Amino acid sequence: MKRLSRYRRHKAAGPLLLIFALLAIGTTFSVASATVKESQSVSARSASIDEGKQIFLKGCSSCHGLNAEGGAIAPSLIGVGAASVDFQVGTGRMPMADMSTQAARKAPVYNEEETAALAAYVASLAPGPSIPEESALNYERDGNSAQGGELFRNNCAMCHNFAGQGGALTQGKYAPTLMGVEPKHIYEAMITGPQSMPVFSDKTITPAEKLSLIKWIKAAEAEPNLGGATMGRIGPVTEGLLAWVLGIGLLIGIAVWLTTRAR
Amino acid sequence: MTSTEKRIGNAASFVDERLGAARWVKKSLNKVFPDHWSFMLGEVCMYSFIILLLSGTFLTFWFDPSQRDVIYEGVYEPLKGLKMSAAYASTLDISFEVRGGLLMRQIHHWAANIFMAAIVAHLLRVFFTGAFRKPREFNWILGILLLTLGLVEGLLGYSLPDDLLSGTGLRITSAIIQAIPVVGTYISFFLFGGAFPGVGFIPRIFTLHILIIPGIFLAVITIHVMLVWYQKHTQFPGVGRTENNVVGHPILPVYMAKAGGFFFVVFGIIAFISAVASINPIWLYGPYTPGQISAGSQPDWYMGWLDGLVRMAPPLETHAFGHTISWNILIPAVIVPGIIFTGMALYPFIESWITGDKREHHLLDRPRNVPNRTALGVMSITFVMISLINGGNDILATNFDLSINQIMWFSRIGIFILPPLSFIITKRLCLSLQRADRELLLHGAETGRLLRLPHGEFVEVHAPISPEKAYLLQSHEQLVALEIEDVDGRGVRRPGALKNKLQRRLSKAHAVSVPKVTEQELKEIENH
Amino acid sequence: MSNELTPTDNSTPPQHAPRATDVNPVSEKRAEQQIAILFALSGIGSLLLIYSYIYVADDVFIFIPIMGDQNAQQLGIGLGMAMSLFFIGIAAIHWAKTLMPDKEIVNHRHEFRSSDEDRAELVQTVKEGVAGVALGRRKLIKRSLGAALGLFALPPVLLLRDLGPLPGKQLEQTNWKTGTRLLTDPGNRPILASDLEVGAVVQVLPAVDHPEERPLSDIAKDPVLLIRLRPEDFQLTPEKFAMTHEGIIAFSKICSHMGCAVALYEQQTKHLLCPCHQSTFDVTRGAKVIFGPAARPLPQLDITVDSEGYLVARAPFNEAVGPSFWERNSQ
Repeated sequence: MKRLSRYRRHKAAGPLLLIFALLAIGTTFSVASATVKESQSVSARSASIDEGKQIFLKGCSSCHGLNAEGGAIAPSLIGVGAASVDFQVGTGRMPMADMSTQAARKAPVYNEEETAALAAYVASLAPGPSIPEESALNYERDGNSAQGGELFRNNCAMCHNFAGQGGALTQGKYAPTLMGVEPKHIYEAMITGPQSMPVFSDKTITPAEKLSLIKWIKAAEAEPNLGGATMGRIGPVTEGLLAWVLGIGLLIGIAVWLTTRAR
Repeated sequence: MTSTEKRIGNAASFVDERLGAARWVKKSLNKVFPDHWSFMLGEVCMYSFIILLLSGTFLTFWFDPSQRDVIYEGVYEPLKGLKMSAAYASTLDISFEVRGGLLMRQIHHWAANIFMAAIVAHLLRVFFTGAFRKPREFNWILGILLLTLGLVEGLLGYSLPDDLLSGTGLRITSAIIQAIPVVGTYISFFLFGGAFPGVGFIPRIFTLHILIIPGIFLAVITIHVMLVWYQKHTQFPGVGRTENNVVGHPILPVYMAKAGGFFFVVFGIIAFISAVASINPIWLYGPYTPGQISAGSQPDWYMGWLDGLVRMAPPLETHAFGHTISWNILIPAVIVPGIIFTGMALYPFIESWITGDKREHHLLDRPRNVPNRTALGVMSITFVMISLINGGNDILATNFDLSINQIMWFSRIGIFILPPLSFIITKRLCLSLQRADRELLLHGAETGRLLRLPHGEFVEVHAPISPEKAYLLQSHEQLVALEIEDVDGRGVRRPGALKNKLQRRLSKAHAVSVPKVTEQELKEIENH
Repeated sequence: MSNELTPTDNSTPPQHAPRATDVNPVSEKRAEQQIAILFALSGIGSLLLIYSYIYVADDVFIFIPIMGDQNAQQLGIGLGMAMSLFFIGIAAIHWAKTLMPDKEIVNHRHEFRSSDEDRAELVQTVKEGVAGVALGRRKLIKRSLGAALGLFALPPVLLLRDLGPLPGKQLEQTNWKTGTRLLTDPGNRPILASDLEVGAVVQVLPAVDHPEERPLSDIAKDPVLLIRLRPEDFQLTPEKFAMTHEGIIAFSKICSHMGCAVALYEQQTKHLLCPCHQSTFDVTRGAKVIFGPAARPLPQLDITVDSEGYLVARAPFNEAVGPSFWERNSQ
């Protein structure tokens, strides 16, 4: 401690202390705000309507109503179809963790079988979009990424950004990033229109076109860095920031060295 | 004399006999340049400009400035077979089929961003240190001209690839032009060669971007630098430095080696950033068509503040007599920037009118010693920063869990409240720093060592400061307010009394400062 | 303590203590070696550039921590170039700092103002010159000169006339006519009303003779956004409600503010958001502006179905689409 206190009047002491304090605050904050991942383990059951109903009554009915008829804080699920359930539950959006502006993607609470049971139950209430078959999702074979890109820029980029990184909507809502989303879920989102997203019907964007879209999204996701670090692929804001911080920062650093006298 | 020396001597004498250059060159080589890191900011501007010329020339060898439709058949799979302009297709080819082409594109774009950033940093240095004062007002105005040209040149430059983002920028530019009353629609049709996006815009802005504007740039930069040369550089106050001299290293060899080396350093750093960080990935944006758009469409940073102003503008339009005036566009995109740039250009004259100071100044001010000017500068920065933040409100919203509506309201209100607030705070800070300087001069530096006096009292030991430092702390001039009377000696009101009143008010505000340490006070302290 | 330090014009700058390289031959030698190493690093950079340019294929990617997969050729050429430039600069500066003379010298300044004699002489010369021209006396020449110069300024402006066509009514017209079918974009397929579920949205363009060859200036005015709501969700005037079809409402996709494509449709709130300047339009109230800088609602297209059941325009837009302009009659 004594050794340390000798340096407290050192030129670099102030800046170093500041950096240290900022780091400390940052770390504390991130540790404190990290949410503990809850993992509910419900024993595996077969995907039947009855079991789906049991799960529904336990985990969903408090908001969506005992008969899925909806309530003050949650919409009716009658007629939303199995695809909707598979998307919402499969991406972890439902059940919602808290009543924030929008349900966020997180680790799913229910496993595949439970999700399937829930989907079967909701689908049994009234007809709605069904989960696409695995065979209908062969986007690598049936898609065309250039066409998909055009469709994406026409129909998706305005919310999800030119590279599928997501973007802002009004009042704190947002279009989420499409990176790392399963093809099945992308497809289901288009046919069901979850949350703020509108529906893209099969008649206006055909199933083949939807596969092209998915192929383009997957190509964008897998694209290596052709020109260096991408800085989020969110356009000129990060570029400007880097020009000032790294560019002007480094240059001023060198200029200071250049103009100080050698010892 | 060695044979090399002889040969050089012969060549030099050949030139001198025809041009009489020896006298001038000799005088020039004796010029000295004072050392300070902030004096290098202007050099960063000049060097990035040279880098822009070099990399830009490289790009023109392959770029096809045409809006002709082509079907892309290049190597980038996700765009294959799409219809696009030749400009966009050739930019893709530069990026993917010319070795080093993408690097050159990135060098060109990063250099442009750094060029503009360095111009702003250089401008702030000149402003805060008062280097724009007589006799350097012309050069200040040339600098403002260069900044304005840079904004236009940058906008045209990032519009050339004809990608979705740049097309969106042009769409907005055309809307701004259309909003100009009476002639706007016509100007827009003539510029674009028809209704937006027209048929002739890319080749036209290409000519402007690579020929006309760089030509003007080159001419203005040359005058700018020659004026610095002729008027000699300003210097910070210090022992041996006066209004009548300039102290520093001579051109040969030290300054030449340092400045020349610094060019390579600037180029090297820009090349490094271009190697590791992507900029303007046009292949992801896709070709431009007016029916498409991306979330988070932003201009480059130096236009971002204007976009932010446009975003926060109130929804005002005047509809009368079958005509429309779009105040929601005119105010943020034409009127406010017009006022700001005019005000900036005229500032040296405004300040000299306020202070009544018509003398030459070659010693720089420490920003704290001119609180009013420093506060005005910080106020302007605050204004631009709020606009800039609002220009990126969608990006901020998604990355920091905010809402664009919140940020917009923050900016709409903040743009009126925060700049004046920052003015007041900065002025107070400057005065506090002046007071601290005064303390330092009178009582020396705090050492942090405590001493217990025999009767039990604790005092902190103050160490005397170095003579150089002491000299620096008392080298500035005490600001004084102008004395102008509304009425002359016989009690008659002078003409323009209102103007006098304003001048007196401003002058008084400008002159607020902590009294300088007097010789008397110093002597007393010494005898103490 | 520091009173003796008063600046004088003749004062020389304080000479600093000599550098290590000035007094210590070992330091000097070391500095020399450092400079040589820096130049050598620059050479290595140049070689890296040459190697990457010639021998590294453009489809090789290498993994760099933090940055991810990078194109090796781009990275090699770039880093090589950066090194070769940067180290030349650093070496030169280091050389200047350590080995070149560091004695500061003083230049004197002189007032820029010319002497009074020079000024007087100039005034005299100019006066004589002006007197020689004697425009004041030769009124005829003065006037004809003025007229000629005034006329001379016109041709350059006139010569720019053919830069583009006159606007005419172009900004007020689109390709939407009575009975024009709505085609999907891209795809160019006509749309049945039943193709759209509630909550669906689709971008459409008017049917034209060659939909594959639309000029971009048409796409800058024609795009329309079709949105289907429940008819009971609308809060429209009867006239505007009559322009919808079974809950399908059609708006110009071109923002009434600055012409960006307004297409961020939030299905739950039924708001349309423009990504450029965040103008927000309420679809249920006829795209009324509820936030942001736009001053007018988006123009609404009157739609119906034709005999085959396909959606068509019942009438052209009844106002100009896109951003405002001086000649626009917004009443």
